[in-house]
Amino acid sequence: MIRATLIQALQMALVLLLAPGLVGLVRAVKARLMRRRGPPVIQPYRALRRLLAKEAVIADNASWLFRTAPYLILALTWAAASVVPTFSTDLAFARLGDLIVITALLGAARFLLALAGLDIGTSFGGIGASREVFFASFAEPAMLMIVVTLAILAGSTELTSIAAFMLSPAAGLRVSAALALVSLVIVALAENGRIPVDNPATHLELTMVHEAMVLEYSARHLAMIELAAALQLLLMISVIACIFFPFGLGSGVLLGLAAWLAKLGAAGVLLGIFEVSIAKMRVFRVPELIGGALMLGLLGTLLLYVSRGL
Amino acid sequence: MMAWREAGEALAAGRAGLVSLWADGPRARLALLLDDTVQIVDHPAPDGTFPSIGRLHPPAIRLERALAESSPLVPLGLPDTRRWLDHGENPTVYPFLPVKGRHLHQIPVGPVHAGIIEPGHFRFTCDGETVVRLEERLGYVHRGVEALMAGKVPAEAARIAARISGDATVAYAFAFARAVESVLGVAVPPRAIWLRALMAELERLANHLGDVGAICNDAAFGLLLAHCSVLREEVLRACAFAFRHRLMMGCVVPGGVAVDLSREGEARLRALAARVGAAFPPLLSLYDRTASLQDRTVGTGILRPELAALWAAGGFVGRASGRDFDARRFTPPYEALSFSVPVLEAGDVDARLRIRAAEISESLGLITQILDRLPVGPLLARVPAGAGEGFSLVESFRGDVFFHLRITEGLIVRAHARDPSWFQWPLLEAAIEGNIVADFPLCNKSFNCSYAGHDL
Repeated sequence: MIRATLIQALQMALVLLLAPGLVGLVRAVKARLMRRRGPPVIQPYRALRRLLAKEAVIADNASWLFRTAPYLILALTWAAASVVPTFSTDLAFARLGDLIVITALLGAARFLLALAGLDIGTSFGGIGASREVFFASFAEPAMLMIVVTLAILAGSTELTSIAAFMLSPAAGLRVSAALALVSLVIVALAENGRIPVDNPATHLELTMVHEAMVLEYSARHLAMIELAAALQLLLMISVIACIFFPFGLGSGVLLGLAAWLAKLGAAGVLLGIFEVSIAKMRVFRVPELIGGALMLGLLGTLLLYVSRGL
Repeated sequence: MMAWREAGEALAAGRAGLVSLWADGPRARLALLLDDTVQIVDHPAPDGTFPSIGRLHPPAIRLERALAESSPLVPLGLPDTRRWLDHGENPTVYPFLPVKGRHLHQIPVGPVHAGIIEPGHFRFTCDGETVVRLEERLGYVHRGVEALMAGKVPAEAARIAARISGDATVAYAFAFARAVESVLGVAVPPRAIWLRALMAELERLANHLGDVGAICNDAAFGLLLAHCSVLREEVLRACAFAFRHRLMMGCVVPGGVAVDLSREGEARLRALAARVGAAFPPLLSLYDRTASLQDRTVGTGILRPELAALWAAGGFVGRASGRDFDARRFTPPYEALSFSVPVLEAGDVDARLRIRAAEISESLGLITQILDRLPVGPLLARVPAGAGEGFSLVESFRGDVFFHLRITEGLIVRAHARDPSWFQWPLLEAAIEGNIVADFPLCNKSFNCSYAGHDL
């Protein structure tokens, strides 16, 4: 019990600590691939420190919602990130590490962010919120289809059980799991506002999704939002790693930690390479992409129904 | 001599293209392009009024709005009498055109933008993501350039002309110098004529390279921006080495050029042409191979050829929409050089990008030809004091720059500059209609109109 609590505390501290570094890594990889020197990997930490030291500028017509939303969003995302088995399945809150719980927590955070975007009444906030909800209306069902596929496969929606199943010889190589992986990667790209769905590095307000909603935020509020966005990226990568690449999860804390860090690093580099090699999609093309993820998820489920062996 | 009304009808019927319209003391003046030659038509207005050309030919409307607020003349029958460049005493009040319909919302963008670009306001009216109307409001960089040039000797005014639009400084200085030379009858030494063309092509090369990268970056494809920026920087550094200024500002002056090209400079430019000639085609083929990028550019922001012809749109905007016009065909020394003018019909972002790409290789060819045949001799002819009037039309990277000058006793009485953007900005409004609002930055970058050149 004490060990589980300690591991849980370590995990909660680690996800918060590592998330900005992951964002920094992706940026550094992209800069290198574009022949730029780029800022150091620790730049996002410096940005957070700078933002926390600044005075917050808040629009006159912002309500209490605008001011409280960043803290709630960070809390919800942090809660979701703390229950994912990252380096150990021995977490005190392991029972909460359920895919449906995580999806719901992230959905609630998104809902708050969209409301905050609408709250100040600027046209960019409205555009961002509208696009975000539009994309989410495809991404969330896709996520649920993936959950269903995995639940049929592993007999549970709990990440610990899924990871244990995937590690066991019963898992083998499965078409439906592969479909679920592709689908989950697409959903993760969309949920994190990465290219080709959204461009986290753009200055063009008219093309933004996530950034348009948070344009009016500054100082500590912006720091919370940025930290939450970084946490979400780390969370999605950890979920993918936990389900499809659970190596090192059941074999001691130190080995688990090393494996997790390696997985995060690999995912960050892959994401950087992917983002450099593709352009952003037209807004109305995005539902086709996420709709594709939904279809893949559905196909995975159907395959499992038709033949338990696939 | 064509009469004013006749000229207006010729413009409206599409027999002539509008070059510019401005006021000079008590008369309104019109420059139009008829069979590839520029004609000036005057309308004396002793009573302070003249019949509006904009009433017959919409491309003249903004020119007449600017004219009405900067001179005492009144264009009679002008359909739009709102202020244009000079925002007046209460700049916050501006009646945008009304848009009617259900579920419409407005998005104001600018005048201050998130990127490091010039100021201008865009008012979008959208139905969801679809743009129903875009209306521009410009004039934020109005500096009174034409008034500043009045009363100056040509050498002094040339410094101002070179700063009208910084990215086209060679083209503006070139156009101004040619206008002065046509007024005062200066015979420019051959070496200077050829060096001017060399600088103009280097400027075109640098700007087109920058634009190709920037367009791709607006579709979040930063890789091409990174590579094109490196090439553009190499061009600028070679220019700094050869002409002692990265943008070659102040190198073209009335009477000739102010800097000579040394042997080493020539070698550096040859190496540059070879380097860009080798490095650019792979970048273009990367563009060709990236389907996700072409998905954004092909079919986006289509400018119909009829509109490009009606507005007599210059540069890549006109040439991507089927208007085969290039002022270099009538500018020495280009008649002695071999180059082709690329023309496409599609009129979308992709076509405007491909026109630039084709012009990059044409410019590289021109640079090599000029270096091969560069005459030797003096650089500068004396500019005498004199009187008269004259004009010039010079191709900048963006399109044709028109300069008209009236000089008395060696001093400029009236200078008028018309940037190609005057006839490109309104077409951007037309091209974006029916597109989604998120594609505007891409369209805007593919037009790359000048704010400073337009606002004067």
